[in-house]
Amino acid sequence: MIRKIADNIISPLGLTSEKNYQAVVSHNSALSFYEDAFGLPEPCFVSLLDRQVVSTAFNGLGGTSSYSFFEKLCILSISRALINAAIDSQRTDVVFVLSTTKGNVDSLAINLESEAGYIGVSAEKIAGFFGNPNKPIVTSNACISGVCAQIAAIRLLLAGEYKYAVVVGADVLSRFIISGFQSFKALSYENCKPYDKDRIGLNLGEAAGTMILERVDKVDSDDWIYVGSSIHNDANHISGPSRTGEGSFRVLVDILKSIRKEEIAFINAHGTATVYNDEMESIAIHRAELEEIPVNGLKGFYGHTLGAAGVIETILSMQAIDNKVILPTRGYETSGTTYHLNLSNSVRKTEKQGFIKILSGFGGSNAGIAYKKGGYND
Amino acid sequence: MTEVKTVMLSPCFIKVDGMKIFNGSINDAYRTLINDYPKFFKMDGLCKIGFLGAELLLRCIASEDKENAAIILFGRAGSLSTDRNYQKTISNLNNYFPSPALFVYTLANIVTGEIAIRHKIYGETSFYITEENDPQMMETVIKSVFETSNPSLILAGWVDYETENNYLAELKIVRNQKQS
Repeated sequence: MIRKIADNIISPLGLTSEKNYQAVVSHNSALSFYEDAFGLPEPCFVSLLDRQVVSTAFNGLGGTSSYSFFEKLCILSISRALINAAIDSQRTDVVFVLSTTKGNVDSLAINLESEAGYIGVSAEKIAGFFGNPNKPIVTSNACISGVCAQIAAIRLLLAGEYKYAVVVGADVLSRFIISGFQSFKALSYENCKPYDKDRIGLNLGEAAGTMILERVDKVDSDDWIYVGSSIHNDANHISGPSRTGEGSFRVLVDILKSIRKEEIAFINAHGTATVYNDEMESIAIHRAELEEIPVNGLKGFYGHTLGAAGVIETILSMQAIDNKVILPTRGYETSGTTYHLNLSNSVRKTEKQGFIKILSGFGGSNAGIAYKKGGYND
Repeated sequence: MTEVKTVMLSPCFIKVDGMKIFNGSINDAYRTLINDYPKFFKMDGLCKIGFLGAELLLRCIASEDKENAAIILFGRAGSLSTDRNYQKTISNLNNYFPSPALFVYTLANIVTGEIAIRHKIYGETSFYITEENDPQMMETVIKSVFETSNPSLILAGWVDYETENNYLAELKIVRNQKQS
């Protein structure tokens, strides 16, 4: 069995998971309007980390200046989670798994041939900071990377290759990333409205999240236990979601083999607030006959944090159940999908102990993972 | 696990099961060996070599065998070649022309999506970035996919594209021995 033993979230809402959770239940967001962020010719509405705050905290770890902002962010998040996990990252049975969509892509603006552009180089620097002897693995599956990294880590643990996995998801924004989403006309210039009838697009955000997972024989009643996961392609389009929600539907069907409907407190969905994504998810959830189950989306607090999203949204979902609540979908008011979902923009109560996290992204990719508190038999 | 078939693409040659079948550019290889999928010319270099390699491995396989297949690819550069091209379109604000058609290829996993679309593969698609072409690590990951999900087969291997003169795809079809 696999359990989560520690976590951390670094975002504009705070430098710990706890601070982030408190901000979300208090309905806070760091999304705001920028006239010319990163020298972009168009304005944007994004959630940005304070470079100074992250760098100062990083310097406190005794780090040197030879790390990029992206690497500092990852290292800071991992180091905070490692302290809570109380494990030695130099052990040979610890593996690092990194989730990112674009890593240090901003380094190309200075030098197109920059070595920092190789995500594997960056991953080795990050794992190297902690003296880890193993080769790190990077999942690069666009927006679903954060769940893919958890799945990759869990598989390596279940295969007996390692006992502990350090899963870190992070992305930092740049002219590169924002201009690309702008060219797709995918961005909203005000707060995004997941699943709402007036949704017009997504907001981008910066964050890092770390989960430390452990393979164990026995679990305690308050442990978070992995129960199932799945990845499927839509086989439909490289940049447009499937009209039938095919991949996401298949993910949900797979996951329902490992968790009973009545155990699911909520589905934490992708909810980017683009017209097509949210519609697609509503179709997939209905096809899987899960329309009664509460659904929430957290992009209204953080924006779409790309490679971090799957990790931070999983951590926040765990914290919500620890506190017996379902987090609100900030920005949602009136249902705007063909198939209605059980959504709310306020905090709801729950006594249930499990949840499903789903994501979808470019390349036709869809992923999902389910966790339950307290093991298999309750 | 058993390797059913292998393909290798480099700027010098294309080999199937160790036999050289073509010399020449990727586009010429496409025209000579495939030539029925015009979308090929919209793809970036990484997708082209992945697509071609997959084509040579998967075209003889029945569609019902492919629906539940997995595509598990590894590479060092990922989408970096296209990242560099895209960066050139946004560096200078006096010559600023970002395009969605290029930006979408700045994601390494698009190659897995292109293959899935062509072959109607609805199974898992994953792209891993590692610094080295490490067969042992790849085998560990592929084995762990068979252990935890149940794909009919896995299209797996190394796909790395730097420039048109510097690329390598080493792909294979792997089946789970337990199934056969």
